[in-house]
Amino acid sequence: MSDRVPRIGIVTFPGSLDDRDALRAVRFMGGEGVALWHADADLRGVDAVVLPGGFSYGDYLRTGAIARFARVMDEVRAFAERGGPVVGICNGFQILCEAGLLPGALIRNRQLRFVCRWVHVRVETTVSPLTAGLVPGETLHVPVKHGEGQFVAREDDLRRIEGEGLVALRYCSPRGEVDDAYNVNGSTASIAGVTNDTGNVVGLMPHPEHAVDPDVGATGGQPMFEALLHSALERVGAA
Amino acid sequence: MTRYHCSVDVRLKPGLLDPQGKAVEGSLPTMGWTNVSDVKVGKHIEFDLEAADEAAAVEQISDISERLLSNPVIETFVIRDLSEHDGVTREDGP
Repeated sequence: MSDRVPRIGIVTFPGSLDDRDALRAVRFMGGEGVALWHADADLRGVDAVVLPGGFSYGDYLRTGAIARFARVMDEVRAFAERGGPVVGICNGFQILCEAGLLPGALIRNRQLRFVCRWVHVRVETTVSPLTAGLVPGETLHVPVKHGEGQFVAREDDLRRIEGEGLVALRYCSPRGEVDDAYNVNGSTASIAGVTNDTGNVVGLMPHPEHAVDPDVGATGGQPMFEALLHSALERVGAA
Repeated sequence: MTRYHCSVDVRLKPGLLDPQGKAVEGSLPTMGWTNVSDVKVGKHIEFDLEAADEAAAVEQISDISERLLSNPVIETFVIRDLSEHDGVTREDGP
């Protein structure tokens, strides 16, 4: 076991909201949070990158559509292509889809309303920076808060996502049953999170960073941040 | 180089949920119109650009539309108008 503390970079875009919570969650779980800036061509040598939630660039045009052209995204793309762990939460998920680093897209919730509530998600794959070391079928209690979280994809992409096990998380009941009744936003196949082909980039609509501190609620985000810190260390060969 | 004025329409692909269209459709009966259905709301984007000729302009507009103005996973686009700029400066609203 190494004493090295994993360094997790959190990117702030104009309109990011959850960058502070993500930084705090990283510190709470024992990592070092490193603030990154959208206009910088520099990831400051971090071991993993998180794109946080919010409304980058006011969601103009489409959610995440403008942020994907931010200067820092060239670095994030290069980092991801080298196998670096990259996590997109909520708006960060939307940005990664727009950037083509993840398959699919997020559109308006089926019920046409913003949804803000606690949900359960079921771990579908352990090949992702947020689920490594967890148990497939395990459920986590985490909050969602979004207006555009309905996951959709082209039919061929969808076949690939399901066929190659790229679904990271699905909305489910407290006991882990996947059913339309628990699908908070009408996502295709109840998909709450997906990974890329190589399993080092993952995006999800729920907010694990809001669920790490038992003083303020459930702690379903803890295992995901533990996985992230571990993935970051593994990446630098210090795990 | 010629200055062109152009516009692009971006629409959601058929079958995808269009909440704005649904909201508009839902309010029409309150105006007394019960004969309207299948309302879709898209985006209309206008801009000027300088290009060597019309073919070059179309190529650039298509690139902009594919990579920024639309998301090909969920949307389609069409170049609605493309004409040589008439030299009139358009007002930008109130």
